[in-house]
Amino acid sequence: MAARDGVAGMLFAVANDFEWTGDLLSVVLPKNSLRAWLRIDCWIKEAQMSRIESTEPRAAGLAVTMPCELSVNGGTWELEIDSRTTLLDALREHLLLTGSKKGCDHGQCGACTVLVAGRRVNACLMLALMAQGDDVVTIEGLPALAMGGESSQALATESVPLHPMQQAFLSHDGFQCGYCTPGQICSAVGMLAEARAGMPSGVSDDLEAMDAPLTGDEIRERMSGNLCRCSAYPNIVDAIKQAAQAQP
Amino acid sequence: MQMDQPAPPNALDANRQGHIGRGAERVDGRLKVTGRAPYAHEVAECDAPAYGFVLGADIAYGRIADIDISEAELAPGVLLVLTHRNAPKQAEFTKEGDDRFARPLPCLADDQVRHHGDAVAFVVATTFEQARAAAHLLRVSYEAKDGAYVFEDHIDQAFKPESADGFPPDSSTGQFEANFGQAQVQFDQTYSTPIHIHAQMEPHASLAWWEGDRVVVHCSTQFVESAQKRVDATLMLDKSQVRIVSRYIGGGFGGKLPVFADVILSALAARELGRPVKTALTRQQMFDLTTHRGNTRQRLRLGADKQGVLSAIGHESWSQGTPRYAFCEPAAVATRSLYAGAHRMTRQRTVALDLPVADSCRAPGEAVGLMALESAMDELAHQLEIDPIELRIRNEPGQDPEKKVPYSSRQLIACMQDGAKRFGWDQRKTQPGQVRDGRWLIGIGMSAASRGNLLQEAHAEVTLRPDGVLQVRTAMTDLGTGSYTVLSQIAAEMMGIPLEKVSMELGDSDFPPSSGSGGSFGAASSGSAVFEACTQLRAQLAEAACIDEAEAAFADGHISGAGKSMPMGSLAGKKGVIAKGMIKPGKMEESYSQQAYGAFFAEVAVDTESGEIRLRRMLGVFAAGRILNAKTARSQALGGMIWGVGAALTEDGVIDPRHGQFVNRDLAEYHVPVHADIPAIDAVFLPEVDDKTNPLKIKGVGELGISGAGAALANAVFNACGARIRDFPMTLDKVLVNMP
Amino acid sequence: MKAFTYERVDSPQAAAQAVAATPGSRFVAGGTNLLDLMKLQIETPQHLIDVNRVGLDRIEDTDDGGLRIGALVRNSDLAADLRVRQRYPVLSRALLAGASGQLRNRATTGGNLLQRTRCYYFYDPAQPCNKRQPGSGCSALGGYNRIHAVLGASEQCIATHPSDMAVAMRVLDAQVETVSSQGSDRVIPIANFHRLPGDSPERDTHIEADEFITSVTLPPPPPGRQLYRKVRDRASYAFALVSVAAIVDAEGGEIRHARFAFGGLAHKPWRVEKAESDLVGETASKAAFDGAGDAVLIGAQGYGHNDFKISLTQRVLSGVLTEASAH
Repeated sequence: MAARDGVAGMLFAVANDFEWTGDLLSVVLPKNSLRAWLRIDCWIKEAQMSRIESTEPRAAGLAVTMPCELSVNGGTWELEIDSRTTLLDALREHLLLTGSKKGCDHGQCGACTVLVAGRRVNACLMLALMAQGDDVVTIEGLPALAMGGESSQALATESVPLHPMQQAFLSHDGFQCGYCTPGQICSAVGMLAEARAGMPSGVSDDLEAMDAPLTGDEIRERMSGNLCRCSAYPNIVDAIKQAAQAQP
Repeated sequence: MQMDQPAPPNALDANRQGHIGRGAERVDGRLKVTGRAPYAHEVAECDAPAYGFVLGADIAYGRIADIDISEAELAPGVLLVLTHRNAPKQAEFTKEGDDRFARPLPCLADDQVRHHGDAVAFVVATTFEQARAAAHLLRVSYEAKDGAYVFEDHIDQAFKPESADGFPPDSSTGQFEANFGQAQVQFDQTYSTPIHIHAQMEPHASLAWWEGDRVVVHCSTQFVESAQKRVDATLMLDKSQVRIVSRYIGGGFGGKLPVFADVILSALAARELGRPVKTALTRQQMFDLTTHRGNTRQRLRLGADKQGVLSAIGHESWSQGTPRYAFCEPAAVATRSLYAGAHRMTRQRTVALDLPVADSCRAPGEAVGLMALESAMDELAHQLEIDPIELRIRNEPGQDPEKKVPYSSRQLIACMQDGAKRFGWDQRKTQPGQVRDGRWLIGIGMSAASRGNLLQEAHAEVTLRPDGVLQVRTAMTDLGTGSYTVLSQIAAEMMGIPLEKVSMELGDSDFPPSSGSGGSFGAASSGSAVFEACTQLRAQLAEAACIDEAEAAFADGHISGAGKSMPMGSLAGKKGVIAKGMIKPGKMEESYSQQAYGAFFAEVAVDTESGEIRLRRMLGVFAAGRILNAKTARSQALGGMIWGVGAALTEDGVIDPRHGQFVNRDLAEYHVPVHADIPAIDAVFLPEVDDKTNPLKIKGVGELGISGAGAALANAVFNACGARIRDFPMTLDKVLVNMP
Repeated sequence: MKAFTYERVDSPQAAAQAVAATPGSRFVAGGTNLLDLMKLQIETPQHLIDVNRVGLDRIEDTDDGGLRIGALVRNSDLAADLRVRQRYPVLSRALLAGASGQLRNRATTGGNLLQRTRCYYFYDPAQPCNKRQPGSGCSALGGYNRIHAVLGASEQCIATHPSDMAVAMRVLDAQVETVSSQGSDRVIPIANFHRLPGDSPERDTHIEADEFITSVTLPPPPPGRQLYRKVRDRASYAFALVSVAAIVDAEGGEIRHARFAFGGLAHKPWRVEKAESDLVGETASKAAFDGAGDAVLIGAQGYGHNDFKISLTQRVLSGVLTEASAH
C-alpha cells in the first residue's frame, strides 16, 4: 500500500524496507499529531502484515489481490487488497479508519454507514473495488466536510471543530455505548441532504411535495435503517432536528 | 467501608460544585461522536494482528465424527487451524465456584457438540477474508443425536435449581393453596415470554497478545475481573499472568457478563503463533456462541376479595436452562416484594434443553416476570371494575411482605399518580374498543416498575497529581451506561474540582477490582468506592495542609479552612497523593428491602384490518434514589422502556424444534425496535434520596426501564381492542385471533 | 466468501459479452443482495462484472406516455423521480416501503427484480434447501414458515419473493427489457419474469444467465387511485408479511377499473386478473371486495405458521380497496 503524496510515500518506502523504522517512528512520533496526519499507523501495519505472511506452500487460485485506489476523506490511497475486501473492512483494517463500525456485516443494522459520492450507504455491502472513483467520507472526515470539504487528512482531534451533526449528538446525548453512533451521524448527514433535495419517504403524506417539512415522523422513518440497541432513538431524533435547523 | 449504617450527610448532599444531578455531557462523548473511541477489535496497541475466525457446529447435539483440515490449512494466508485434536490443553469444565463467569470455558476441548453453533474449529490467517474463507474449507462430519429442543415437550422434567440468579428458587408465606382456594375472586392465568436476544450493536470481539508469559486481552466485557479469572482458570495460569482491558464496550445488557470462545481462542492462538490475534464473532454467531434470555412460561394466581384486596399471590415460572449450566430466570423475584398479601408462593424451575446457554439479559427476572404479574393485575382490575392504579394502591404494602423489613424508600404510588396526571390517564375509557382513529383502535394501559437495588464489593484508587488533575482508577466498565461520566462527577464533587480535571480510567484488570456493570449495581458500587477513596484523599490532604478534617472545604480546586486556602495541587508533591477506598454490602442489605420503583403509561394503536400494533406514546415515571446525571439516567430509562416495547411487540428468538437452531439468527429477522417504532417517549424521575442503599444515596437505573414496561403495552392493547394476549410478543397474528 | 476476479464494464453489450466469456461470472450492480449472499457462500461467483458504470441510469418518457427506467437507476432515485411520484405513486410508495435509505441508495431497478428470497433456511447453508441445492429438500415445509408463501408454492419450495418494487411493477404491467451476449434483445412482461418454484426452485426468474437487464418500461398509468399497503412486524425496515399494490378507478361508488397485486404471498408478485375484471361494474362494497379476496386466494394454503396470511390478505385487500375507491 502506498500513499500518493510525496513525503508520505517516501516514509512508507522507508518503513517498508527497514523493519525497525516502523518501531522507531512509533516511539519518535506521538499519536494525534503529525503521525496521525501522515497515517503512519496504516503503513506500519501494512508492513507488519506483509512480514507475517506465511511461507508455507499455498493452494493456487484461492485468493485474488488487486490494486484498488480509494479516495477517502479528501486523501487518495493506493491499496493492494484481496478482491473480497468490503469497503468497510478496507476502511477499518487497511486504512485504520475504525470509526465506521461492523455491527452485522450484512446491511441489516446501519452501523457501517458512510457517504459515497455524497450518498449514505452501508459500507459492508460494497466491495472496496466498487468504491473506486467515488469520494468516500467517513465519520473521521465529517469535520472537514463541514468546513467546506477541503482536501485534508486532518482527523477530528481535540482541536478540530465538530461537524454540526456531531455537536448536536453530543449536546442531546444521542448515544450511549457509541457503537452505532458514527453510522447514525453519517446516515443523518446523508438523510438531511436527501430531504433537502426534496426526496420523499415512506411516511410522506404528500408524495409530490418537494419542500415537505422534516417532522419527527419523517426523521424516524428515514433513519430506520440505523439500529440502536441502547435505544437512544428519542435523543438521536432531537439531535437531528437541531442540526437540521442549524443548516437551513 | 461496609454498608452497615444509613449514610450520614456528606459532600454529595451539599453539592457545592453542583456536579451531582447535573446533566453533564458524557466525558467520553467526543470520542464516540468522532469515531475515535477504540472498541476491542479496533485497539491499536500492538503489532499488526492476525485474524481469527470461529467455526460453529451445524448440529445441535451429538459429536464430531471427523474433521478434515487439510484444505483449510493450505488456503492462502492461513497460519493456524485449531480443532479438538490439536487445541492446547485447558482446564476442565466445572460447575464449582460462586462466580459462574469466572469458571473455565475450555474451547475445542472434546468432540462433543452441546448446542448448535458450538465452536468446533478456529482458523487464524493474515486477513479476515482469508480466515473466513478457510473456515468454509473445513470438512466436518457429525454424528447427530436427538437433543431436547422443545420447551413444552420437556416441561415435565423441570427441576428446582439451587438458586435463581442468586435468589432462593422458592418462597412461601402463609398458606397459599388453601387461601387461594377460598378466595372470593380467583384469578388464574398463564403467560409466556420468548427467548430474548441481547443484540448489542457491537458483536463480541477480542484482541490477544502475549508479553512473555503474560497475556493481554482487549475484549468487550462487563465484568473485567471475571473475564480475567476465566482466562487464567481456562489457560491454567496465575491471575497475575492475565490482563483484561475493556475500555469501550458497544452494549452489554447482560450478554457481556461472561466472555466467550473468541477470547479463549484468540489467547490460545496468540500464544501458539507468538503474535497478536484478533477475532470478532459474526452476528449469526452471536446467537449461538453467546448467552440469551431463556423463554418462560409463568402461571399467575391471585386470590382477592371483590374490592381487589389480595390475600393470595402465587407466581410460578419455568424457564429455559441448559444441562451444564444452572442459571434460572428469577421471574418471580419482583412479586415477592411488590404487593401486599398474607399468603404467598413463588416457585422457579428450570427446563434444561440442548440449546445455546441461557443466562442474564437486561433485568433478569423483572423484565419478564413483571410482564406477567402486571398483565395479571390489569386483568384482575378489569374483571373487578376497579381502576388499575387504584387496585395497586389498595395493595400497597407497609413493609416488605416476605422479608418483613421496611422499604429503604418506595414511591410507587407517587409514580403512578404523577404519571397518571402527566399522561392524561383520566382520558382512558374503562371499556375496551371505545376509541377509534380511522381504521385504528386506540388504547391506554399502565403497569408498575420495580427493580431490586444491590451493592457489590468495589475498590478504587485516586491520585491527586501535582498539576491538580485527579486520576481515578478502578476496573469498572462503561457500556454506554455513563460510568465514565457519573464517576467523574462524584470525584469532581468530592474534591471540589471541575469535571475536566478528572482523569477517569476504567476497564482494566490491572486497576483496583470493581463490581463491574450488571444488576444495576455498577454506579452504586464503583461510585461508592470512588467516594470512599476521595473521602480518604480529603483526609490526607487536610492533614497535609494542617487543617482539621471537619473544617476542611474543597472547592474550585482549592482546599481551605482554619483561615488558609491553597491549591490542592500544591500538596501533591512530586509523586502526587494516592488514596484508596472500598465499599462492601453490609447490614443495610438485610435490614431494608431495596428496590427502585416506577410506573409506565402507554398508548397504542391497533390496526383493525391487519392487527398491527404501533406505539403512539409512552411515559415512565420513576423514583430511583438520587440521580447522579439527569441526562444519562434519562437515557438509561428510555433505553429500558424501548427494550420493553421490543419485548412486548416484536422480539422473538425462534428455535427450530427439529434441529435446535435459531431460525431467525440475524438482525433482519430478529426484530429489535427501529426509530419508527418509537414515536414519542419520555422518562421522568421523582426526587428521592435513599440513605440506606449506599453513601451516594442512589439506586440503580440501568434496568428499571424494562422492568414492567411490556405489560403497559399489553394492557393498552387490551384497552384498545379487547384482545388480551398472554403469549409475547404480541404479533399481529395473535391480535387477529384474539380480537373479539 | 470464495475468491473472485473482478472487472468493470462500461456498456450493456460489454456486460453481456463479459458474462458469456467467463464461466461462473455474475453481474454486480448495487450488490446489496449479492454480496450478502456471497459472504455466506450461498452465491459463489468466480468472476464479478461491475456494471455500475454502463449508463442505463436514466428515466425517460416513452412515446406512448409511459416511462422507460434504466436498469441501473437507484431505487431511491426512482422513488424520488417527480414523474413517478405524480403518475405512478404506487411504485414510489412501494420502493419507499422497502429496505432502508442506505440500501435504496445502492439497490438498482434490475437488482431489485433479481433479488433472492429471504427464507431463513435458504440463508442457512447447513439446512436442506432445494433452491440452493436441488434435491436436498425444503426445510421450511414442516419448519418455521411464518414468512413463507401461501399461494403458488410446491412441495419443493414455499419461499416468497421479498421485493416491494416488483409488486408495484406487476400491478402496472411493467415490461423488462434485456440484451443477450449474442446481441439479441427481448421484452419480458413482468408477469412472466419471476417463476413459481414448481420442480425447479433453484431458478427464480426466466432470465438467462447471459442476459442483461437494460431497462423496465411502464405503460401509461391506468386511471384511478394508486395505493401501496405493507403489513409487517415492525413500523419500518422489515420485509412484508403481506403487501398490496392497488389501483382503483371508482365513480359514484361504482368500480370502473381495478387492479391489485400482492407481495409476501408467493414466489412472485401475485395477481389474479379475473378477480379484477369481476369487480368492474360492481358497487364498491365489502361484499364485492370480499369476493375479490376470495378470487385472489383460490388455492391458498397455509403451512402451519403462516395460515394467518390468508385471512390477513382478505382483510387488508378489503381495506385497501375501500380506501382506494372512496377517493
